[in-house]
Order: sequence, then C-alpha cells, then structure tokens
Amino acid sequence: MSLAAAETAEIALDTLGEDQAPKGEVWRRLRRNPAFIVGTVLIAVFVLVAIFAPLLAPYSPTDRQWFDEIRPGFVPGPRSGNLLGVDQQGQDELSRIIYGARYSLLIGIVSTALGASVGILIGTLAGAFGGWVDGLLMRLMDVMLAIPGLLFAIGLAALLGRSLKSVMIAIAVVNIPLFARLLRSSMLAQRESDYVLASTSVGVRRWRIVVQHILPNSLSPVIVQGTLALATAIIDAAGLAFLGLGSADPSIPEWGRMLADTQRSLASAPQLAFFPGLAIVFSVLGFYLVGDALREALDPKLRR
Amino acid sequence: MTLLPRDPVNLLSVRDLEVVFTRRGRRPVRAVDGVSFDVRAGQTLGLVGESGCGKSVTSLAILGLLPKRGVQVSGSVVLEGRELLGLPQDELRDMRGRDIAMIFQDPLSSLNPVLTIGRQITEVLERHFGTSPRDARTEAARLLDMVGIPGAARRLDDYPHQFSGGMRQRVMIASALACKPKLLIADEPTTALDVTIQAQILELLKALVVDSQAALIMITHDLGVVAGLCEKVHVMYAGRIVESADRRELFGSPRHPYTAGLLASVPRLDQERGTPLRPIAGSPRDTIPWVDGCAFSPRCPNRIDLCLGAPPALAPIAAEVAPSSHELRCVNPVPAPVAAVVTSRRRPPVRLASGTRATRATKPVKQAARKRAKP
Repeated sequence: MSLAAAETAEIALDTLGEDQAPKGEVWRRLRRNPAFIVGTVLIAVFVLVAIFAPLLAPYSPTDRQWFDEIRPGFVPGPRSGNLLGVDQQGQDELSRIIYGARYSLLIGIVSTALGASVGILIGTLAGAFGGWVDGLLMRLMDVMLAIPGLLFAIGLAALLGRSLKSVMIAIAVVNIPLFARLLRSSMLAQRESDYVLASTSVGVRRWRIVVQHILPNSLSPVIVQGTLALATAIIDAAGLAFLGLGSADPSIPEWGRMLADTQRSLASAPQLAFFPGLAIVFSVLGFYLVGDALREALDPKLRR
Repeated sequence: MTLLPRDPVNLLSVRDLEVVFTRRGRRPVRAVDGVSFDVRAGQTLGLVGESGCGKSVTSLAILGLLPKRGVQVSGSVVLEGRELLGLPQDELRDMRGRDIAMIFQDPLSSLNPVLTIGRQITEVLERHFGTSPRDARTEAARLLDMVGIPGAARRLDDYPHQFSGGMRQRVMIASALACKPKLLIADEPTTALDVTIQAQILELLKALVVDSQAALIMITHDLGVVAGLCEKVHVMYAGRIVESADRRELFGSPRHPYTAGLLASVPRLDQERGTPLRPIAGSPRDTIPWVDGCAFSPRCPNRIDLCLGAPPALAPIAAEVAPSSHELRCVNPVPAPVAAVVTSRRRPPVRLASGTRATRATKPVKQAARKRAKP
C-alpha cells in the first residue's frame, strides 16, 4: 500500500470512529434501556409535581375544612371531592401528598449534594496525596461506615434537634464516606494509567494532573452513586420522619410523617398509609432505575 | 544543581545506571545493572532487547519517573552538564517536556480520554513557555499539521476517541515535540500500531528528528525499527548492555550470541515456506545473576565453562580493519563473518524489517484486547 493510500484509509477509520464515541455510546445504551426510560418518566413526574404543587393540588395542604366529618373509627375515604380521601386532621390527602413531593425532593437533593461535595473533597485529598493523608482520612471514613447508616442518621438527627435542616445534615453525613471511598478508589486506579504517566513525562504539575486529568476520569462511579444516594436519602428522610425525628411542625406534609400519623387509624383508614407509601416507592424507584441504568452504561465491566 | 564540566560532544551521558526494585520479604530485583551510554546531539540511538531486559526502566529512570518507594536508583545521568539523578522534583518537572520528552508505547491509553487533543498539547506549551492560550492554540495547530494530521486546526477540539491509533500516536509525538526538546525518548512507539501505520510513524519520527536536530533514543524489541532508524545500537540483556555497535556493524557482524540469536530469530520473506522459526532457546527468566557469570549463559549456544566464572566485562573488540566502537560483553563470541561475502548476501536491514512486521500483524489486536479487558 502506498503512503497516500494508507493515509486515506486512516482518515476513513477516523470518521468511522466518531460513531462509536464513548459519550454517544453511553447515551445510546441508556436510550435502549427500558429501565432508564421508566425511571426518567418517574423522576420527571416527581420533579414536575414538586415544582408545580400549588397548581396541581386541589386544596391547600393545611386546609382542615373536613375536620367535622371525622368520627372515632371513621375517616372519609376516596370520594369525588377528595380523590384520595381525607386524613385524620381533615386535610385533603391528595394535596398533602402533592406538597410532600417538595419536601422529599428538597431533602434528597440538598442532603445528597452536601454529602457528595464533602465526600468528593475528602476522596480527592486522599486520592491525590496518598500516604498518611490517605490513611488518616480513610480510617476516619471506616469509622463512619462502621455505624449502620440509618442508626447513624437517627443519632445525628436526635442530636441536632427536630428540624428539616438536621434531617438533611444527618443524611448528608451518612453519605460522605460512601462518596469519599468510591472516588478515592476510582482515582487510585486512574493514577496508574498511561495518560497520567504521559502528562507527568511532559512536566505537568501535580495538582493540575489531579484536577484536570485524574478527577474528571474518576467521576463516573460517583455520578451513579449520586443517583442512588438520592433514592436512599428520600427513604431515610421518610424513615426519620416516621420515627418522629423530622420537622417539629405538624403542618408540614412530609410523606414519612404522614405514614407515622396513620398508625392510630390503620384499621379504619388503610388508604392513608397506602398512598404516601406508594408515593415514596415510585419516587425512589425512579432514581434507582436511572442509577442502575447509568451504572450499566458507564461501567465497562457490565458492558456486553 | 551541580554543574559538571560540560561535555562538548555528548548531550546525555548515562554512567553505571542501576535500578533496584526492593520489596519487603523478597529478593531485590536488579532491573538495570550498570548501564552506561552516551547520546550525541542529533544522534539516534537504539536500545534493543526482549521484554523485561530493562529498556523501559532505563528510560523512566532518565526522566525520574520511577516511583520513589521501593526503588533505588544509582549512577549518574548527565544532561548538558547537569546531573539529573537526585534533582528536586520541581526542577525535574521543569526539565521534562522541555529538555527531554517521551513517547509511550500505547497511544490509545496515553491520551486523556476526557480532554480535547488541542488542550493536551497547549497544556505543555503553557506549562513550559507560559504561552498565552491563543498563541498556544495556533502553535498546537501547527504541530498537528507538522505530524501530518489533515485539517489540523479543525481537529483541535476533537477528543482522542475520534482519532485512530496511528493518528493518536501522531498527536502524542506532536505534544512531545511541542517544546522542542533536545532529547526524545520513544518507548516502543510503534508496537501497538498496525503494520502500515508503523512505517508511517517511523518515517515521521525520522523526518522530525532530522528537522529538529533532537537526539532520539529508540527503545524497541523490533530489530526492523532499529535497522531503519538508529545510527548506534545497544543490545540489552538482563539489565546490562551486552553488545553495542554502529548499526551496520551490528547487523553485519553480530558477535554476541544473544544479538546473533535475535537476528536469526527474525523470520524472513526470502526463506522457504515452512522453514521452522529459530527462536532463542528458553525464556528471559532463565537467567543467572550477573555476579555469577554471564546472565545469558543458560540459553547460550556458545556456552563454555568460562562463562560461569567471573562476570564478563564490556570490552571493545579489537578491530582488524579500522578502529571501531564495537563493544562486547562475552567470553566466547560468535566468530566474525568474513565480512565481504556475508554482508553482501544479507538482505538490506530495512527489508528484513518488513518481514518482521508482516508476521507480527496480529499483535496490536491482542494488545488492545488486553487493555480493554482490564477493568
């Protein structure tokens, strides 16, 4: 083959390669995965409901206009005026669930973002410095991981007092070691890679290599963990509220708290436990499905 | 920084370079064992040997890229009168890329997948020369154009995966040459590429080295590459140089049984079909420590009792015709061929190379597969 012919062949190869771009590849895998589609729809519904709650909810979540109809052992069930019935305080159940989406989403996003940022910072420090810094930080993370997550959150929330803020902080703290460890191990793997050696060999400075080369290549497992952590945060928030560690204000329509409140009237009005439960399940399921699909698309080990 | 009397001839002088890997509870491994060589400005030099003979470790030691823990480096590496071993890290970093640059074996994994190639080249320029981003971009486009990437300016914002293997190696070469280093170390730059691309990359390297007057150390196990490119060749075995000579001399009359074995093991297109290959017996693991004698002796066809006595020294061969720089570490060398007859019947070395490559055409695929399979 002449040199010119080989050149042309090489250029042809180049353009061919563009179709199999990793980014495009990930996107293609996602689009083909029904779990991702279902998950995205669930998340979209959840987020839209949270944003447009005032427009969607037929009544105010704190409007107690049906309180008079409540008798011991009787709470009005689903009917034309109240699609999901009325709760023990005489408030419209559907409106409360719709507004509840706001709190779940808020707690999920804030606590995950907080936990992820601190975790990423610690993971980066450990992964970049190695040595005793790494040892110290990771032993600290080990100690945090040694305490079961929800138990740790309960302890923290109890310590910080009953408020939404303390729930968010508690859940964030539980998430920190997960992110830190994940990022560190991913960075350690990247540190040994050829392109890091190559950029070292042209004299690039250490921090630059960490921030510009290693970190961006180590983030994909962290993104996956982020989606899954969001799901867990919603469950944990509901769990904390159920245990009475949520906000002290009873008028806040929080799904976990709504579940807890129905305990007394479970026999007469089981729908009051069923609907908030369903809301939790679907929102969490959405994040799990998307998280799993992302992991499958990003993780080379699962690629077929 | 220690300033030694500047060597007027040699750009780089490596003296008694020794790299020992120590691991707790195990015997230390002497990967490079007293290697000495010189590189003149603009010279191309080949370091040849099987896998594991210490070629790559030598190059990493020159650049100070070996990990500090568990590695002992001793000897001396002098670049333009400046001792590089023991230089503080930040001075080494200033030196890397500007004075010495390196091209690695696998262009597929040596470029950062998440950065555009333009960024990866401008990074070096901004780092060493403080070039402004705009100028660096222009320069990067010029470099890409120089290494033969069509539409260079348009491709600056493309990512590595949008380039083929050969193109990526060109990008690597462009970024290595960005700061016009005086010495370029190429560690098996064509091993991961397919045959036609190999030839192109070698041509390119040759042309660029001539143009930029940089010296080149070519590390390879492929004798064909050496034959086509290098003026001076050092053959390494088990961490030591066993034979060094000018290219013609080495290919014409290899004297060390190892060199002779390497040359004989290269399959040739002019052989009868079905002629059995002639590998060197045994594997590189069948060595004895140099202190006990010649490390190659367990595999050597010319072995005599004397081989297992004291370690043979690297000594110049008494030249019969003209003074030569042919050095040899062997007590019972292969007899020198009757020069006139044998060299004329030998096929020109470059041709010999094409034979080598043709038989190795499947190798890049295997390598790539291994890379990908690694999680």
